Amino acid sequence: MNARLKALTMPLSWKRLRALVIKESLQVVRDPSTLLIAFVLPPILLFLFANAVSLDVRDVRFGLVTEDSGGAAAELAAAFSGTPYFRISHARDRRELEDAVTTGRLKGFAVIPQDFNSRLLEPAGAPSLQVITDGSEPNTATFVAGYAQGVVANWVRGSAGAQTSMAGVSIEQRFWFNPELESRQVLLPGVVAIIMTLIGTMLTALVVAREWDRGTMEAMLSTPAGILELLLSKLVPYFVLSMLATLGCAAMMVALYGMPFRGSIPALMLVSAVFMIPALGQGLLISTVARNQYAASQVAMFAGFMPAMLLSGFLYEIDTMPLWLQWLTQLVPARPFVEAIQTVFLAGDLWPQLLGNLLNMLGIGALFFGLTLSKTHKRLD
Amino acid sequence: MWFRLRAAIIKELLCYFRDPSTRRFLSVVPIFQTMIFAFAASMDVQNIDIAVLDEDVGRWSHEMVARVDGAWFSDEILPVHNREQLHALIEQRRVILGLHIGQDFSRRIAAGEPAQVQVIVDGRRANGGQIAVSYLQQVAAEISADLVSTAAMTPESAPIASAMTPRVNLRHWFNTNLDFRQFMVVNLTATMAMMMCLMVTGLSLARERETGTFDQLLVSPLTPIEIIISKMFPGLLAGFVVSLLVLLIAITVFNAPFNGSVFALLLGLLVFVLSVVGFGLLISAFSQTQQQAVLGTFFSTIPFIITSGFMTPYENMPQWLQTIAVINPLKHYLMVVQGCIFRGQSLLQVLDNIWPLAVIGVVTFSLAVVVVRRKLA
Repeated sequence: MNARLKALTMPLSWKRLRALVIKESLQVVRDPSTLLIAFVLPPILLFLFANAVSLDVRDVRFGLVTEDSGGAAAELAAAFSGTPYFRISHARDRRELEDAVTTGRLKGFAVIPQDFNSRLLEPAGAPSLQVITDGSEPNTATFVAGYAQGVVANWVRGSAGAQTSMAGVSIEQRFWFNPELESRQVLLPGVVAIIMTLIGTMLTALVVAREWDRGTMEAMLSTPAGILELLLSKLVPYFVLSMLATLGCAAMMVALYGMPFRGSIPALMLVSAVFMIPALGQGLLISTVARNQYAASQVAMFAGFMPAMLLSGFLYEIDTMPLWLQWLTQLVPARPFVEAIQTVFLAGDLWPQLLGNLLNMLGIGALFFGLTLSKTHKRLD
Repeated sequence: MWFRLRAAIIKELLCYFRDPSTRRFLSVVPIFQTMIFAFAASMDVQNIDIAVLDEDVGRWSHEMVARVDGAWFSDEILPVHNREQLHALIEQRRVILGLHIGQDFSRRIAAGEPAQVQVIVDGRRANGGQIAVSYLQQVAAEISADLVSTAAMTPESAPIASAMTPRVNLRHWFNTNLDFRQFMVVNLTATMAMMMCLMVTGLSLARERETGTFDQLLVSPLTPIEIIISKMFPGLLAGFVVSLLVLLIAITVFNAPFNGSVFALLLGLLVFVLSVVGFGLLISAFSQTQQQAVLGTFFSTIPFIITSGFMTPYENMPQWLQTIAVINPLKHYLMVVQGCIFRGQSLLQVLDNIWPLAVIGVVTFSLAVVVVRRKLA
């Protein structure tokens, strides 16, 4: 135990470290799969998040059953046809459309009933119309219901004209940092977090686990190199790789996707560099615990990639999650990183907030490294 | 041949499922992932703190703040005294949005004039922010409606206005309360099966190659086709087990319905898993090491998930991307799952989404056979 502690605190030999770093870097550069993750995946991910991930519903296929014709019913039907959000399929009989909803071809339909016009003329008879949505996709269903109700409300306002007064409370919304409300401006910084998690956590976990898998870890340990030198030499190439990937992502985001960059490049680099501490630490910890590549890849996916995607706050609001999950997000290094990097891109170098994020990441990093060191001791004795 | 094939399949299955950590991954990890996904991936916005700058301090601004405070989506109201404080809270991400009620708010309402509340939203959280604003608009609409109804007590125009307004009877089929968690876990039965199945199959040949047992495989009496078939089984089984496990969770824990045909779902699952296995074998054939196989799996899983309609509706994608995404097996299988579990489709209707899967499966499989045979030769 004492000997190992000594080995850990042994002064670093720069010459040995340099040699080891060169060896590890060559291994990285020669493996096409690493380069695939660092330089080919980022443009693809950016492209997909910029184009495929969208909450803007438009052109929804919606059905309209007009059992009544002429007069107000026809006006209302015209109002439905006129909205840009719906692509309307007309029908006389609702049974024609029920099947289409079941097969998923229509996202819902509205029925203007037979007695619509006659009831509208009676003072006491409020006419009703039915709106059915396909609830198996709740997001779309919510939008469809909202739009359908909006069409009716607009039509009422239009035909009621002067009768409806303008009084009442309205909301004037103003979006800071992102006035055009482009969701890609929120999502793309999150892509950087995913890429860096993949490189820092996933790749590192795999590489160290591979040494154990193949039995070359023992060989490395019997060389004069100390543990610290070995670990550092494993981490340095991935650190450099992920910084390059970050710069590449930032350049593409600004040049290709019109992302604003209101902060400074030093701030971006600082935030990314500090994020690598917990990311690499988590990778090391995973490889130390898992010790074979299959297990390491599964744990890295489960504990590294998924939280970076789901619990970092760039896709889903953390406030909305149940409390136990909110606590769990405190352990996800991608969470402060996403907050920091969104701020650097969209708002600028807001140091009071960035400093908090940096401390947060350092704390998580210290936890991961501490756990790794304690585990490493036991294994080596 | 059957004897050899049987022996090879048994060997492959033992290889994977004898290892206790692998068995754990197949059971524990999907359960955890399902729970986290179901609770994290929500499109609602709840429990948010809201900053309020009330310059009016009148009857109606109190009413507005009280209603926001009492609304289901808000947690805490943070009163501020000037614009700087409001800005600081938003800048530091303490709140997602702030209300600014101007001095003349109550006066204008009392006078029957339109009154405005300014809402300042953190654009860094634009998605959640937009949803929160729509909730605030509902609150404003409720106040307006109350104003109209109290104002309409005297004039005789009120009954006419109410008669003019058609009542909208809204019904959500298949998931009456629009329970987003149900939607999520049901879709996870497909997504998790794909991830697990791809990972297991992707590693199959790569692991043999890395540990040096690939050559032993070559000198064994097994024919290439037999090797391929035996390598399919662990992935096939993993996909099936995980999918059914998540389905069990969906039905027991999240009360998901099962409106359609069980047979159709199982048939769809089989065809889906086969098409994914074919793809996994392709990845494995091209990987020299396990690391490459894992990264290759990742590299293909992410685009499949994003373009499948799992995270955001498929129809929201631009048309050209929808056209390309037709080759995505996950997209078709999600339709099968939703069709069987929610929409209560008949077998014939489900088959509409199964045949594209079969086509994809035939293509990936023949490619895999061609490539693996070449690598084995």
